[in-house]
Amino acid sequence: MRLGIDVGGTNTDAVLMAGREVIASTKQSTTEDIATGIVNAIHEVLLTSGVLPGQIEAVMIGTTQFTNAFVERRGLNSVAAIRLSLPGCQAIPPMSEWPEDLAAAIGEQWYLTPGGYEYDGREIAPLDELDIVRVGQDIHKKGIKSIAISSVFAPVNDAMERRAADILRQHVPGCDITLSSSFGRLGLLERENAAIMNASLTGHAEKVVSSFEKALQELEIHAPFYLTQNDGTLMQAEVVRELPIMTFSSGPTNSMRGAAWLAGVSDALVVDIGGTTSDLGFLSNGFPRESSLNVDIGGVRTNFRMPDVLAIGLGGGSEVKMTAQCQIGPQSVGFRLKEKALVFGGDTLTTTDLAIAGGLADFGNQENLSALSRADVERGLSAIREKLEDAIDRMKTRPGDVDVILVGGGSILVDENLKLKGVGRVYKPEHFSVANAIGAAIAQVGGEIDKVFSYEETPRDQVLAQAKREATELAIQSGAVKASVKLLELEELPLAYLPNGAVRVRAKAIGDMAFSAN
Amino acid sequence: MKLTVEDLVNIGRGAAFLGTGGGGDPYIGRMLATSAIQEFGMPEIIEPDQLDDDATVLTIAMLGAPTVLTEKAACGDDVDLAIKRMEEKLGRKADALIPIEIGGVNSMLPIMAAARLGIPLVDADGMGRAFPEIQMVTFNVYGVSCTPLAVTDDHLNALVIETGSAKRAEDLVRVSSIELGCSVIMSSYPMNGKQVKDYAVHGTMTLALEIGRAINRGRKEGDPVEALVDYLQTTPYYNQCKVIFDGKVTDLRRETTKGFSIGHCHLTALDGSGRTMEVAFQNEHLVARENGELRAIVPDLICMVDRETAEPIPVEALKYGQRIKVMGVSAAPIMRTPQSLEVFGPKAFGLGEEFVPIEDL
Repeated sequence: MRLGIDVGGTNTDAVLMAGREVIASTKQSTTEDIATGIVNAIHEVLLTSGVLPGQIEAVMIGTTQFTNAFVERRGLNSVAAIRLSLPGCQAIPPMSEWPEDLAAAIGEQWYLTPGGYEYDGREIAPLDELDIVRVGQDIHKKGIKSIAISSVFAPVNDAMERRAADILRQHVPGCDITLSSSFGRLGLLERENAAIMNASLTGHAEKVVSSFEKALQELEIHAPFYLTQNDGTLMQAEVVRELPIMTFSSGPTNSMRGAAWLAGVSDALVVDIGGTTSDLGFLSNGFPRESSLNVDIGGVRTNFRMPDVLAIGLGGGSEVKMTAQCQIGPQSVGFRLKEKALVFGGDTLTTTDLAIAGGLADFGNQENLSALSRADVERGLSAIREKLEDAIDRMKTRPGDVDVILVGGGSILVDENLKLKGVGRVYKPEHFSVANAIGAAIAQVGGEIDKVFSYEETPRDQVLAQAKREATELAIQSGAVKASVKLLELEELPLAYLPNGAVRVRAKAIGDMAFSAN
Repeated sequence: MKLTVEDLVNIGRGAAFLGTGGGGDPYIGRMLATSAIQEFGMPEIIEPDQLDDDATVLTIAMLGAPTVLTEKAACGDDVDLAIKRMEEKLGRKADALIPIEIGGVNSMLPIMAAARLGIPLVDADGMGRAFPEIQMVTFNVYGVSCTPLAVTDDHLNALVIETGSAKRAEDLVRVSSIELGCSVIMSSYPMNGKQVKDYAVHGTMTLALEIGRAINRGRKEGDPVEALVDYLQTTPYYNQCKVIFDGKVTDLRRETTKGFSIGHCHLTALDGSGRTMEVAFQNEHLVARENGELRAIVPDLICMVDRETAEPIPVEALKYGQRIKVMGVSAAPIMRTPQSLEVFGPKAFGLGEEFVPIEDL
């Protein structure tokens, strides 16, 4: 029996699952202290199902708490950023181009010191251990407890970051240290930003994880608990204390994975039609396709793995203009649908009005729509479909039809019995309102590597085998059952202007948690 | 011309457009320039005509693998050293700097360098776009020696190269840059003011800035691609420009051969006509053919932009399904002469076709 929980800004949802079956689900308000909301939600599902706390084998929590805290600059630590790069990389200081209020909130304290690697693993300079001691003493004197260490080409070799951390722990008692190598990807500034963001959140993470623990203790649930991370896999609660930013995009990821699970498919395009926009995301092997672009979070550029989501101006509240082309959105009446839409006696023609007039849904007062001609309704509904078809086509990565999972309140706009261009099957799963919590409950564990190899020094076959092996080992280290681990992604990017057939290889493996017997 | 730090964002976007798919991400260059300006102040940007005929002008550029640059870019002292070594070799102080290529990251590095050294930067360059190799510049075409040339790294290793041909210099620099960590600073093509006036592509820093501004303006007014075309039509060299295709990426092949990103991209028209376009690239886009017929060819510029936002799309960011407008833009007349075509015309890239100006296609 597993318990999936989604702690959002507004609601805390919980689902209780046995194997593939949802035993109970609930939606409660998120509380200021977080713990009370979780207790309420778990209490509710235990009560309705009659399941005892002792029967729960694992608890999986998805949360946007850390993203919100960072974006709102709430409860952030002062951070000391250390870059191991000298004599290189002195021209762009750490935290360049951070929003001023954010930089001020975490103190803008940084140090450059010798170290780092070249692309091929040679040392730029040896680590200057005495200088690290001096930096540590200065950090201690300033009373800073959170440190972010970034070395050049840390994804190729993280030894210097780890050694520097060992030294700093001796000289800054009780400090939290974030290593940039924890965030894999190449791109020093973006990786360093991620490390600093993470270091600023470790205090908050301690508080949130403790409140999760407190809630579970209060309910006498002694099962291990996990948090879901950006890529849809799980991390142990202990790891979240150290790497809170790994949860940054778990919201949309859990929602998409939950939707796919409800629909019973693993490869599909998820279309979440809300009031103002539709969000489209691609699932492949049950995992969201990740964006290759750098993303800004709270005004800071990072290279996180975020789901590749396309948002278009189409929702249940989108305004409709019956011009020659019939224009749908992007303006929307939004949450005022119930006063503005024609069907509710308002003065604005919305997509919801078209859906009701076209017989796709039945609520409000249909008499208010009598002035709409049949032809206009048809025209409007096909304009909606075309807009959606166009967006679906944009998300495709290969020709041919794609299956679509329609979710969200606005999914009434689409008649699933009519063929959509470029679309195979259309699914409209029920119980979507707790999809995030389900997405958390079904999460697996993963391991990933991102390194530069030389195909001239090591044959391609061997490199790929090694990449696969390393990713698999990382997944097992994170708690995956060995037999269940499989390779999810293997990406090769040849590097222009580099000698010896240099190729950047990224591999990701995932597997089931050890307890997943039911 | 007086620049502001805010202008750098627009120059970066314009430089990415002029990079015609290559040239490296201007982001890292913009960060370098911004930091240098904050420390040393904004450099003066001057027109070529403001140079004395006997003024000493040097190019300055970053050279290396784009992926390495994202980890390890210029450190600052390496830039100063490259110029210092050139000055020592020439026995003269540099009076001004000039970008070797305006496309991509090397539009920005000279701004950083000029700020550090406190000397003006010339509003011109040697390509008016981006090319993959250092002999592919107008300076070389019209007889300016590429060398002496200085290469430096962040350890302040310095090499001064002297050789008879620019192609040979390219080969030597490329080999040594590998040993130096694939991210080096290079100063080359020492010129006098007269040579800059005669052989540089003029006004290209302004051009990059105005391209960025036009795209921005278009985004506010509704059609960024149209705003871009409207602006280019007002320029002295780039006025023959048009959207040559509006389609989505339906096939993409690329491989890395001899250190270059080589491949081609197929697009299918969005109007349902079934028309297709093939664009071949070697770091930068070289030739665009529609249903087999030539639509644009190097050295004219072939630029891919997002069809909605006009954001320039580099070759490495191309992916299946992207909606793209392909633009063909005339290169400066100085880039289209027979001597120029010999150095960076179709044959220099192993293409079989003769050069045909975009306005005749």
